[in-house]
Amino acid sequence: MAEVEYRGVSRRFGEIQALHDLDLLVADGEFLILVGPSGCGKSTALRLLAGLDKPTSGEILIAGQPVTRLGPGERDIAMVFQNYALYPHMSVFANLAYGLRQRRTPRAEIQRRVRETAVLLDIDGLLDRKPGQLSGGQRQRVAMGRAMVRRPQAFLLDEPLSNLDAKLRTQVRGDLKRLHLELPVTSIYVTHDQVEAMTLGDRICVMSNGEVQQLGTTDDIYNRPANTFVAGFMGSPPMNLVAGEVRGGVVRVAGAALADFSSPDAPVTVGFRPEDLRIVGPLETDSVPVRIDVCEPLGSHVLVHALVDGSGAESSPTKVIAQAPPGTTYDPGARVGLTVAPGKTFVFDAETGRAAPPPTRERIATA
Amino acid sequence: MSTATSSVEPGSATRGWRLPFSPWHLVLVPLTFVLVVPMLWMVATSLQTQGEANRFPPVLLPHDPRIANYADAWHTAPFGTFFLNSTLVALVVVASNLVVCSLTGYAFARVRFLGRKALFMALMATLMVPFQVTMIPVFLIVKWFGDNVSPYLGINHLGALMLPNLATAFGIFFLRQFFQTVPVELEEAARVDGSSRLGVLFKIVLPLSMPAMSTLAALTILTSWNDFLWPLIVITSTDQMTVPLGLSYFQGAHQTNWPLLMAGNVMSLVPMLVVFLLAQRYFVQSVAGTGLKG
Ligand SMILES: Nc1ncnc2c1ncn2[C@@H]1O[C@H](COP(=O)(O)OP(=O)(O)O)[C@@H](O)[C@H]1O
Ligand SMILES: [Mg+2]
Repeated sequence: MAEVEYRGVSRRFGEIQALHDLDLLVADGEFLILVGPSGCGKSTALRLLAGLDKPTSGEILIAGQPVTRLGPGERDIAMVFQNYALYPHMSVFANLAYGLRQRRTPRAEIQRRVRETAVLLDIDGLLDRKPGQLSGGQRQRVAMGRAMVRRPQAFLLDEPLSNLDAKLRTQVRGDLKRLHLELPVTSIYVTHDQVEAMTLGDRICVMSNGEVQQLGTTDDIYNRPANTFVAGFMGSPPMNLVAGEVRGGVVRVAGAALADFSSPDAPVTVGFRPEDLRIVGPLETDSVPVRIDVCEPLGSHVLVHALVDGSGAESSPTKVIAQAPPGTTYDPGARVGLTVAPGKTFVFDAETGRAAPPPTRERIATA
Repeated sequence: MSTATSSVEPGSATRGWRLPFSPWHLVLVPLTFVLVVPMLWMVATSLQTQGEANRFPPVLLPHDPRIANYADAWHTAPFGTFFLNSTLVALVVVASNLVVCSLTGYAFARVRFLGRKALFMALMATLMVPFQVTMIPVFLIVKWFGDNVSPYLGINHLGALMLPNLATAFGIFFLRQFFQTVPVELEEAARVDGSSRLGVLFKIVLPLSMPAMSTLAALTILTSWNDFLWPLIVITSTDQMTVPLGLSYFQGAHQTNWPLLMAGNVMSLVPMLVVFLLAQRYFVQSVAGTGLKG
């Protein structure tokens, strides 16, 4: 186990800047999530750490030692691949033992550690099988086992659950979390699934276009998004973002005053989460007037899709989603209002997308 | 119950008349005939007397099959030596091709180095040059090796048969194509697990390439065993001759002993038949595979 550090690491592929000046310190025993849309450079970041690729510039350190010049075999890290990459011509036992054999571990020690890991992952009945004879979930566990059995300095996981069906994924997600609590090895876990990211990590690093957008706990990311990208990426459904303005110390969307906000008058992007919205009558004061688009009943709640119009004269209507109690129905085209729960309005700079510096203060409900 | 109705295929009555065989057979059966007849004729001739063999119209079935032709052929010429020479050349050439072509093919498939593409193109280009064009330069090179390196590599020695065939452009190309189909993640996983580049090749890539390796081995043996032109050019002494060259023993300037020649031919075919049967499973698989993947 060891801490892992990226110092100003960049990687270009010709014209494409896959990773831009990444600075990241993963503490010893931490479970860090790298999350972002496809193509944002997550795998590149992992491959650089594994030594499968070399950075264009910058330095990578494992346990305080620069490893940028070392090959993948010399870094003592283990990687779980998206498609598992189990050696098809070897038994499960040989797959698990491969890394230990390469490191000339004594035979008895290999036996002991492979069995121990197999028991931990509940694959001890499969040791004589070939990967081709295993189910998807079993292969996934063998791939995990192959990484764990070596007791590496760090674990790298590149979308390890994306090849499992939805039900199995939820279950394995829970198993992974438990495993990490039992064996706290420094881990970097890559995913494009924000639900996986929120549930698994100690800390989450949200990436886009090869750059870190925000690094923080689930709570930070969800309740204090650093910019519109993070706000619009995390949460399911993610935060609604609509054009608004600050005028006279008040945030307004389509004329409705949502919160007090002491900053100079300027156009802003206003964010609010679906679960913080309440649907009210169209004429209610300080409600955002919207037109209903469709209602999606999901059993536990209903997602109401609506369109904000008249917010900006030039743009097409902005889509927003509100979460409503089960049984809610509206006709498409019906006009209603939306109010935001106190303290749940987010304000972002209209141009840069960054969260506006002073946190929103609640508009006094009694006023 | 439903079982009563399910035994009648719905729509089978309306489908009407169908060929009792695949239409391909209309092509394949005559083709097989064309391929098999010379073989059968060869076997038949090898059992005839010289009189029967020279008769016109040809005799198809020998009146009294002469098995003794085989023993005669074996004793007339030093066939034991020919077989030994052919085997020796084939084994060395196969071993060297497997080693050299797999290393080179792997480098072309996976290792990034300056000029890889240009080198590979040059290699491919050599595939298009017919042997007749390079024959004389190769002869001179081999002669140089014989004069300057070791007489065993020179003209009129078995080494001259091995040297130009130790690696082939085709073998490199063939293995490269196959290696490229091995998922790169497997190799990356092995490297993270601590294998060197060569370790990855020997422990992961080669075991997964057995079909391609056996196919290349079989093709190389066949080519080496059947080669006639090159041995004809460089070998003159009987004790260095390979089987195909040795068979010309029976072809005199004025008269050819057809039954003995054909008996020798049949004997020289047997080892290749064995090789083909052993490799057939892989052979068909990988030739079909490369055909589809291009
Ligand atoms: N070997 C490569 N050659 C060229 N471009 C690459 C290579 N690997 C990745 N890229 C590019 O770098 C960007 C980031 O890729 P990647 O790290 O795989 O994204 P992610 O894993 O987040 O989906 C993408 O635009 C991708 O096309
Ligand atoms: Mg990826």
